Amino acid sequence: MARKRPTNEMAINREITIEQRETEGLSLGTIVRRRFFAHKAAISSLVVLILITLLAFTSVGVVIGGSGNLITDTATGRLTVDGFRIPGWWQYNWYENYEILNPGGTPTMTFWPFDPGQHPFGQDTLGKDIFARVMRGMQQSLTVILLVGVLSTVIGVIVGAVSGYLRGFLDSALMRLTDVIIIIPTLVLGAVLGRTFGGSAWSLGLLLGLIAWTGLARLVRAEFLALREREFVDAARVAGASSFRIIFRHILPNSIGVIVVNATLLMSAAILIETSLSYLGFGIVSPDISLGQIISEYNEAFKTRPWLFWYPGLFIVLIALAINFIGDGLRDAFDPRQRRVPRVDGAISDIKKIFARGRK
Amino acid sequence: MLSFIVRRFAATIVVLLVASFVVYQLTAISGDPLQELRVGGDQQALVRIAYLTEVLDLDVPPALRYFFWLSGAAGCLIGQCDLGISVSKGGAEVTEILGTAMASTLQLITLATILSILVGVAVGMTTALRQYSGYDYTVTFFAFVFYSLPIFWVAVLLKEFGAIQFNRFLENPVLSNSALALVSLFLAAMVTGIAGGGLKTRVRVFLMSLVLVGALLISLNLSQWLKYPSIGMVGAVLISALIAGVVLLLTTGFGQRRSLLIVGAMPLVTGAMWLPGQYLFFYVDGLLGILAITAILAAIGVGLALVFGGDGRREIARASGVVGALSGLVLVVDEALQYWSRYLELIPIKSGFVSTIGAVTPTIAREDNMWLSLLDGYAHLILPTAALMIISVAGYTRYARASLLEVMNQDYIRTARAKGLSERVVVVRHAFRNAMIPITTIIAFDISGLIGGAIITERVFAWEGMGALFNRGLNDVDVNLVMGFFLVTGLFAVIGNLVADLLYTALDPRIRVN
Repeated sequence: MARKRPTNEMAINREITIEQRETEGLSLGTIVRRRFFAHKAAISSLVVLILITLLAFTSVGVVIGGSGNLITDTATGRLTVDGFRIPGWWQYNWYENYEILNPGGTPTMTFWPFDPGQHPFGQDTLGKDIFARVMRGMQQSLTVILLVGVLSTVIGVIVGAVSGYLRGFLDSALMRLTDVIIIIPTLVLGAVLGRTFGGSAWSLGLLLGLIAWTGLARLVRAEFLALREREFVDAARVAGASSFRIIFRHILPNSIGVIVVNATLLMSAAILIETSLSYLGFGIVSPDISLGQIISEYNEAFKTRPWLFWYPGLFIVLIALAINFIGDGLRDAFDPRQRRVPRVDGAISDIKKIFARGRK
Repeated sequence: MLSFIVRRFAATIVVLLVASFVVYQLTAISGDPLQELRVGGDQQALVRIAYLTEVLDLDVPPALRYFFWLSGAAGCLIGQCDLGISVSKGGAEVTEILGTAMASTLQLITLATILSILVGVAVGMTTALRQYSGYDYTVTFFAFVFYSLPIFWVAVLLKEFGAIQFNRFLENPVLSNSALALVSLFLAAMVTGIAGGGLKTRVRVFLMSLVLVGALLISLNLSQWLKYPSIGMVGAVLISALIAGVVLLLTTGFGQRRSLLIVGAMPLVTGAMWLPGQYLFFYVDGLLGILAITAILAAIGVGLALVFGGDGRREIARASGVVGALSGLVLVVDEALQYWSRYLELIPIKSGFVSTIGAVTPTIAREDNMWLSLLDGYAHLILPTAALMIISVAGYTRYARASLLEVMNQDYIRTARAKGLSERVVVVRHAFRNAMIPITTIIAFDISGLIGGAIITERVFAWEGMGALFNRGLNDVDVNLVMGFFLVTGLFAVIGNLVADLLYTALDPRIRVN
């Protein structure tokens, strides 16, 4: 072909200059934020995740404090949950049995025209409202995710930072501890611990948070080992900064990318581990409910009542997927090499060229 | 080097000991193994309690009891393993239970692992070569979706749609017109995506593959192949030719005349071996027959290359040997398919071909025919393999894509292109091999984790492997059983770690130990 076609290489060069012009004089935070907001999948996942969280917590309300056990209210004779409950806008709750509306408890939701009906996700054999159950289960699963995310990130960062910066005896001691935890598969350790101390969302979240930090600690340590040799650390030390200050004010902000991305990935792993443990019966167990626990409870009913199974599973996938996409967007935002360069030699650009020629 | 290995191994053994102590304590305090008996409280139960306390040393605190267990386990070093007895398994020796469970788990994970690696690496690398194309975006999206799937949910869906509906389809296996159109459109779109290129190429590739796939599916329908599947001599030659093409593409290329002729002769050799193969399978029974046919074909391939290969005989021998061995496996599949209709007659009418539960069908086990057992084994493996694959393929796809992209941006790739090598040589010789280095270590690490990792899959498909042991042991507070499970998984993890490290240093000369 004699006609010279634009290549990817040229597009990359052009892109770099644009990029440099755009980022001139901007702080790292601004650049990362702009890149993240330009990542369509990540930003729509973030919106979906926020909407899901709002839906879960506002619909059936929240229970604060208390043991979370079901008790019979002496005044009305109805079941209630132990603890202070802020009611939600949904008329049913997740523990009471209602009259079965449709035969077999099939969902009342219709998509066209859209109408949720009385029990949009259907009812189980006892007449419990599945929408309320899924919402409550989602609350608990989200609680576990948040606990695991916060706890294991804090532990992982501290362990990694201390052993990477101080090295020496403390480093080898902490790393051997990490090795001991890593060698036991997370699911196995989670199950053994969950059987003894687990049961509710809070206890399981704390437990998983205490064992899930190992991978992050290793990554943070590697990052710190590399960064502590840099000049700005020497400068801070010469200026008389304490180790504490150097770790948290000088090195930590420079390794924030690794931490944020891996904390996100930890959280998406957390929901899968939580639901798996609950499915096996070693995680969240009745009377507390979670998405995995619901699936485990209705496991045998798939042939006769598939809706008991569809909705909790769909929400697990939705949450895990959203967090994974957010993690991907964050990785792209923090890593300058991960720039998306538009292709100029594909079929779409060929079609565009044909149209452009037609317009002339 | 040796001192590195020894030091490394010693350190991990200490870690393993500490970890086993932790697991022992946690399991021991998780519940009371005698609870059910205590509730009963009659004379018989009291005798049983006394017996179990005696046998399991339940009167000793767990922190001390661990060392009793450890001394038994240490016997493994001198060939006298004593991992105690398992109460929940009727008092059987844990070592014996572990043996059968490991065999069962290996059977479950081997096929899934091999297939996931092959598919994952192939898909991941093709997406890297077509970076930011529609194909890349589609695969990336689905990799994320699959990665986010809880396996117990997928497994139940697979049971319903993969098994029950597919079995119903197999009763009268004729593709409807719409299914035919959908499948061909999907495959054609995928081939077009992988082939890439500009608009003209894409339209051409799309139409060509559409016609090809459509014709293939229609001929499957007309010949009732799905009802009476077979390969036959012609099929074996064709499949072998396909394998030869792929192997040539990945090794020596089509440019060398000698290698093209020798590797191209392998399908004909396979065809010639088809009839002798039938006799071989008839007289040489069992696994030996399978090994024999693969070895013979591989040997013929290597021999041909060594005699006629000329200067490049070693590379050609490698390629033709691989083609020969794989073609041997095609002949094995052909033989197994000849038992297809008999297999369908023998299995219970209700269950259908794709089985949802367990590892063997009792009626088939009674037949004692290796080919029927082979078909039966695969019928039971289809669903768990699919469930395991969906998740791990997604992971491998991401790794392979990232790894190849990293390599493709290196300077030596630019050099290779600059000196005028063809794109095939650049990708296969220079990029692919280097991209495989990190993936190999990930694979070594993954395989070691797999032996205990199928806990949920085994539960859903009622498979009696290592995962089931762990479940059972933890549910019944059977510490010996849980420790047996942990000992095996821990050892595998230690060995896997070590192998991954050694592989890395062996494959990448830039990395030196110490």
